Amino acid sequence: MSGMLAKAGLQLALVLLVAPLLSGIIKTLKARLQNRRGPNILQTYRDIFKLLRKGMVIPETASWIFPATPYIVFATAALVGLMIPMVATDAPLSLFGGVLAVVYLLALGRFFLALGGLDAGSSFGGLGSSREMTISAIAEPTMMLAIFTVALAASSTNLSEMAKVAVSQSWKFLAPSQMLAFAALFIVLIAETGRIPVDNPATHLELTMIHEAMILEYSGPYLALLEWGASIKQLVLMTLVVNTFFPFGLSSDWTARGLGLGLLYYLTKMFLLACLIVLVETTNAKLRFFRVPELLMVSFIFGALALISTFLF
Amino acid sequence: MNTLPVGAIFTLSAAAYSAGALASLAAWRKPALCRYICCGSGLAGAVFGGLAAVFGILQGTPVRWSVSSGISLIAYSFDYDALAGFFNLTLAILAGAVSIYSFSYLKDFEGKRNIGVFGFLFHLLFLSLTIVFTAANAFLFLIAWEVMALVAYGLVTFYHEDRETRRAGLLYIVMAHIDAGCLLLGFALLMQVSGSGDFASFRTAAVHLSSSQQSVAFVLFFLGFGIKAGVIPFHIWLPAAHPVAPSNISALLSGIVLKAGIYGMARMFLDGLGVLPSWAGLLVLIVGVASAVLGVLYALMEHDLKRLLAYHSIENIGIILIGLGAALVFRVAGHPQLAAVALIAAMFHTVNHAIFKCLLFLGAGSVLHSTGTRNMEKLGGLIRPMPATAFCFLIGAVAISGLPPLNGFVSEWLTYQSLLAGFGATGGLTRILFPLAGSMLALTGALAATCFVKAFAITFLALPRSAESRNAHEVPRSMLVGMGWLAISCVALGIGATWFLPVFDALTEQLLGQRVGANLITGSGLVLSVGVHHGGTVSTAVIGIALLVLVLPATLLVLIGAKRFARRRGPTWDCGLPGLSAENEFTATAFSKPLRMIFSALYQPRREIQAVFDVSPYYPKEIRFESEIEPTFEKRLYVPLKDLLLRFATRMRAIQGGSIHAYLAYIFVTLVLLLLFGVRP
Repeated sequence: MSGMLAKAGLQLALVLLVAPLLSGIIKTLKARLQNRRGPNILQTYRDIFKLLRKGMVIPETASWIFPATPYIVFATAALVGLMIPMVATDAPLSLFGGVLAVVYLLALGRFFLALGGLDAGSSFGGLGSSREMTISAIAEPTMMLAIFTVALAASSTNLSEMAKVAVSQSWKFLAPSQMLAFAALFIVLIAETGRIPVDNPATHLELTMIHEAMILEYSGPYLALLEWGASIKQLVLMTLVVNTFFPFGLSSDWTARGLGLGLLYYLTKMFLLACLIVLVETTNAKLRFFRVPELLMVSFIFGALALISTFLF
Repeated sequence: MNTLPVGAIFTLSAAAYSAGALASLAAWRKPALCRYICCGSGLAGAVFGGLAAVFGILQGTPVRWSVSSGISLIAYSFDYDALAGFFNLTLAILAGAVSIYSFSYLKDFEGKRNIGVFGFLFHLLFLSLTIVFTAANAFLFLIAWEVMALVAYGLVTFYHEDRETRRAGLLYIVMAHIDAGCLLLGFALLMQVSGSGDFASFRTAAVHLSSSQQSVAFVLFFLGFGIKAGVIPFHIWLPAAHPVAPSNISALLSGIVLKAGIYGMARMFLDGLGVLPSWAGLLVLIVGVASAVLGVLYALMEHDLKRLLAYHSIENIGIILIGLGAALVFRVAGHPQLAAVALIAAMFHTVNHAIFKCLLFLGAGSVLHSTGTRNMEKLGGLIRPMPATAFCFLIGAVAISGLPPLNGFVSEWLTYQSLLAGFGATGGLTRILFPLAGSMLALTGALAATCFVKAFAITFLALPRSAESRNAHEVPRSMLVGMGWLAISCVALGIGATWFLPVFDALTEQLLGQRVGANLITGSGLVLSVGVHHGGTVSTAVIGIALLVLVLPATLLVLIGAKRFARRRGPTWDCGLPGLSAENEFTATAFSKPLRMIFSALYQPRREIQAVFDVSPYYPKEIRFESEIEPTFEKRLYVPLKDLLLRFATRMRAIQGGSIHAYLAYIFVTLVLLLLFGVRP
């Protein structure tokens, strides 16, 4: 019990600290690739710190749902962060929720985020909520299909079990089913984290924004919690992708040496995935909203093919 | 333990319902007294029914009793086994909540409607359901089934002045009789083989059924029970009939009367018809997937709060059928343990859906009671005048969206797990169906969440859209107690799922010969598991606690920040226009627009826009917008069917000349033919 709590505390600290860094790295990399200087890598920390010390304005029309939402978004994201293996195969809370719980906890956060968007009463929040729920709804079947494909290999939805099986066959990602599932999950990752070509995290133009539109009315510490929560969600989904398909360097225990080495591997893998995301963001234009279902359909087909090929090869 | 008088307590419950029915009718001149009777005897019946169910389930051995009718085929025999106990428990939970709710809800009827008749039908509905769930004889079952259908008709058409209500009632009663006809044929077929109307004799005779007899019986029962449960494509009566009934009745119709169809399927498919071939299970699974996905897609387009909920019933019946279908497939494939898990998933979802759908309908009923409209586009901002109703509705919305840590999540999680296991447990190409069904379940869940964001946010959040919702008030206490009890059940069955699961042990043992309850629980009773190394684990209790714990650091961060600057209220950003009004708000139609575009192949939406311009052609003064989706099933399936039937009827008119002599001749010829066939040895 106390061992588990210690692990949970350690991983929570890791999740909370690395998530803003990852956002910072992605922003800086993107700027460099576009020949801009870009913000400092630590800018996201500064933003969160600044926002936490600011005052906030709550819309007059909002009910208690509005202030409750940031807490729920933050708590669900952080809890999910404790369920996935990051540097060690043995995640602190993996016994209490596998990959299905991860998906549905993120959905709980999104449910309240969408309510929060509508609570203020402006059209911006509504359109953001509507678009966010729509995209996530059509991304969900693909996500589940890809997850099922991977879970079938481990015959478990428990993430630590899946990681253990993956570690024992580290090069399995070369198998056609895994490559297809990776492609499917990568597209879902882009959609769920709200990146180009699905959503543009840098925009505040009402015709194009999705996530930013939902949180338009938030300010101060609440906005900080939401931004932090969003970066944790991004971290969690990226971790899920790298550690399921490329389980190199996952520590099998919680010793200092194993963790140190595992952390090194983990950060390297995340950096590489971040590079891939930046590359996709920079080389693609944002899709028109009604083109997004087509992209997700492609990913669904990847998922279905992945599933069929597990059973052929 | 054998001394627990399950039969006696059960009889008390039935007696309470009967007494309530008669007393209401007798006291119809005194509306206030009728309300007390409705609440009191309904509650008493529910308490006794619940006690009997709990004792029956604890005891584990079926209780049988029988009253002879003097006719050899018909016996008034009852069998209180685990399946009966489980459905009676579900009924009791709902009956209690609705009885309490009705106490204040019926106050509106005083002086306007006959509460005596209402109370009579109300109690008769409970009584017939109790008998349907306990009958051990096909005749008794069919009688109770028919009473249930007729009583439900009476309740659906309670607001009979309304044309829409009468039409819905007609559709309902026609469909109810098609389903009763299918059941009658199915039972006749079984009785021919077994020589008796007793369910026990069907069980023993099942081995003598030829495979074609078994298939025909399966199809008949699937049709009959499927129509009652409202599976697609037999669902058309459901979104018509459920919304027009008084709201407490809508809650019962969607909560428990639909479940009579599920009960029948569980009873016949797992017990009465022997081991069904795997195509039957796959058919149930596929129909389940279709109902789930189409149900929620149609729900998304609804802006009538009660119709939206009715479509969600179709969706959830689909989810139940996915579990039931998987259980049937696993049983014939020789995986009884897996079958038991899938059956538990289906049955758990049955009780969960009963509870949260009842809660949501009661919530919608409170909204209707307070504002007088079911149209979401006229609601809004109700969370301020009706905070308790809003909170209960929110709990129901989170539960029905299958979000942790509430009860809907647990049963959907079990369904996913059985689908995942289905891939390894079956051979050939059919195994690919299981993960695909899983991904469709994911789509359903996500769309349901979308739909309930819309339903909750447009109804309860932001600014009121009409005078009715501006003048809304909180509903009386008894209505809140009824809803509160169901909301607490949602939370308790979610967080405490591992304590509730052993309830299903007796049920799975009876139907599949397996007790898996103990295997499903590990980690000091907190963790739900279908196998730690294979399958997966989850703990809603820990998730619930962990969420609360993780809110703490967030609160600390905000509190530290809030020391320096106060939080203040300010107007919502209105793009510089003077003042934000309800017209600026997002509407339900707008919210579901992206999905209407994406699934336009299914919806075939039609829209009409008329704009009135004043000065500039860029700024319309007034816009009239009308949008409609095509009712595909009605147009493509039922209208041609109805036309065919009418054409046939016109042909048949030729032999109905109106001449008494001709009719007498028909009767004579029929008699002779019957005698010829009947007398033949």
